[in-house]
Amino acid sequence: MSDSARKDTPEQAAFRQHCRDWLAANTPGEPPVRLPQSALEIMTEPQLNYLQAWQKAAYDAGLVGCDYPVAVGGGGRKDCQRIANQEMLRARTPFFPNVIGLGMAAPTVFYHGQEALKERLLPRLFSGEDIWCQGFSEPGAGSDLASVQTFAERKGDKWVINGHKVWTSLAHFAEWMILLLRTDKSHKYDGLSYFVVPIRSAIGKGVTVRPLIKITGETGFNEVIFENLEVDDSFRLDELGKGWQVAMTTLLHERGAGELQTPRSGGMKSRSTHETNAGAAMELARQTARGQGSAADDPLLRDRLMQAVIREKAFEQSQRRSRVQALLDHPMRLPLQNKLLASELAQGVSELALDIQGPAASLYLADANAPAGGQWPLAYMNTFGMTIAAGTSEVQRNILGERVLGMPKSK
Amino acid sequence: MAQPNDFGFGEEAALLKDSARKFFADNLPVDALHRLVADNPDPERAPSLAWREDLWRQMVELGWSMLAVPESAGGLGMPLVAVAGLVEELGRAAFPCPLLGTLSATYVLAACGESGQGALEDICGGLSAALALTGADGSWHPGDTPLSASQGRLSGTACYVQDAGKADRILALAHAEGGLALYWVDASAEGVSIEADAIVDLTRDQARVTFNDVPATPVGDNGLAALNAALPAIWTLLAADMAGAAEWQLQTTVEYVSTRKQFDRPLGFFQAVKHPLVDVMVQIDETRSLVYNAACAFDHEPQKAAQYAHMAKSRASDLAAYASSRSVQYHGGIGFTWECFVHLYFKRQKHSQMLFGDGPWHRAQLANILLPSAA
Repeated sequence: MSDSARKDTPEQAAFRQHCRDWLAANTPGEPPVRLPQSALEIMTEPQLNYLQAWQKAAYDAGLVGCDYPVAVGGGGRKDCQRIANQEMLRARTPFFPNVIGLGMAAPTVFYHGQEALKERLLPRLFSGEDIWCQGFSEPGAGSDLASVQTFAERKGDKWVINGHKVWTSLAHFAEWMILLLRTDKSHKYDGLSYFVVPIRSAIGKGVTVRPLIKITGETGFNEVIFENLEVDDSFRLDELGKGWQVAMTTLLHERGAGELQTPRSGGMKSRSTHETNAGAAMELARQTARGQGSAADDPLLRDRLMQAVIREKAFEQSQRRSRVQALLDHPMRLPLQNKLLASELAQGVSELALDIQGPAASLYLADANAPAGGQWPLAYMNTFGMTIAAGTSEVQRNILGERVLGMPKSK
Repeated sequence: MAQPNDFGFGEEAALLKDSARKFFADNLPVDALHRLVADNPDPERAPSLAWREDLWRQMVELGWSMLAVPESAGGLGMPLVAVAGLVEELGRAAFPCPLLGTLSATYVLAACGESGQGALEDICGGLSAALALTGADGSWHPGDTPLSASQGRLSGTACYVQDAGKADRILALAHAEGGLALYWVDASAEGVSIEADAIVDLTRDQARVTFNDVPATPVGDNGLAALNAALPAIWTLLAADMAGAAEWQLQTTVEYVSTRKQFDRPLGFFQAVKHPLVDVMVQIDETRSLVYNAACAFDHEPQKAAQYAHMAKSRASDLAAYASSRSVQYHGGIGFTWECFVHLYFKRQKHSQMLFGDGPWHRAQLANILLPSAA
């Protein structure tokens, strides 16, 4: 019996078996196209189609949205998403394309939306048929998120939206957007409200989506411009003026510190997938010739590799400890570290991988001689998306220092 | 054998940890500790023993010195995760006593089989112990012990023996006719001379222990194997002590920067101060998670114990250095004075950092396991 299976309830054990049986028969094979390293860099229809078909199949098999009620398209189970995630990772599945939907929109709509809205939106979100994006950041509102200026003006039971959102991952494929905007200009926090907006159907009719190009050369994120877009009041989540509180639900889940476990698949090994972890960096070091031996013989690189191994193990063990009440202090102390650590560990290990490669780290995706197909420089550059998005590392340290350690607010 | 998800840290362990925390806080709060160990700031002061032997007697009465002794030898047979919980509290209090040495000796003796029984019974009877296995070069490799034994007589000088002045017995590792062997020696026996070091750390004592042709009976038939089996527990407990001490450093410093004002704002308002303290917290949490993982491996998955304990002590050593430097720095001018309590922990942590291998040493050992040389 595996470690993770030892403490399963009877329901979880039966569900785990179901996942294993289904995955044994249905885990997709080699993808027909080169996949990006994560869903946030999906650039083409063929990539999207392949990944959407996978998410739909997993949803139909009951592996997505397991812990949500049946009425909103979920599985109606208790603490089973964790099990499904473990089994998908073990089976080395492709990742899900609808990551913003699953990780952020679903819990937000679930906790703050009206029943009818949940029943309408969540099933197609879980299945991946509707891709979601997130309209939070603006040119003038980054770390200081509450200063967003996108404005909705009331017109009967409709709202007219004008504004400009940026860094909007997946907007070019998205049907829906979760949108933080201003309904009152006289109060910074209490003037914010939160909507879900059907953007795909409004492209050219009040919505413009333009791609932004990342430092890697990839697209995947966008700017979205609203010009007199009319939306129905029934698309508002929670009360008018409660947008900031709703946004906190989104951000808490985005940072891996929320109540609901995000459905997550991954681990696929193929010619186009890449793992950014210490094990992969050790393997790279073993295979990188250096003098008579390999880079794995270099004492300085060995020390750095072990630092990466140790911090990765610590992160894993902190997930384990976060479920042992007697070994915790402040309840949010470990959960609020998740985003900071996951992003900085990935950045550290991919930077180390470049140092291991030496001059060969200069070779990029199109070079036949590039180690690991040029995936490491791509991974390293993409980690800055992680340390900047969803609250920069600096914002994360403010949150930890203020909410957990109780130090005075820096804003 | 798989590890339990909750590290095997059950109700009994939680109770033990809580009662240890209360015991240390009630009996030796930091101001009392300072009065006890820091009465003489003279940098050239002669070594002296500053500890509350009466409190140590109470700890022995509570059974804490025999926690790790197997039940078959009359002890309490608590798992290492539970012992680590107690030691974390010991570190938080920077409490001077021979508990770590006694526990360390216990794990070595417990790996000695039948012939370790007598010594373990001594520990159950309330005797404390110190480990002697390092030479003047400070090597932590068992094979580098400076001691030798011939025809049942022990000779040589061991260095960096922790809490030797408080210990009743010394567990010595020596080169003997048949390889490395362990000896259980009365610290007051004729031919044993304990020469205290003048050390920076005020919460411990340390000595050079010379054995001058001392009659001694070996325990166990394979000293190296026993020591190797016990070292993961020793590293793990030391790391637990350091995590506890670092938490004291963190909380004390956070409290100070939240009240001390400059430029009309509390120091903790400034991110140059706030963010490094968050990094200290992150490193404490990494260390604690690695400590309980290593302890649980020692209890349930011994083939992984050394690997995980190297991780814990490596992380703890780097944490100790960082938490110490930040705690003094962010207390500013007052942090640089003898009257401010932070120096007690600064010194204990810098001592612990090197003890039984520093960060780079443990990473080098770990690399030998995970990245064995192709040659």
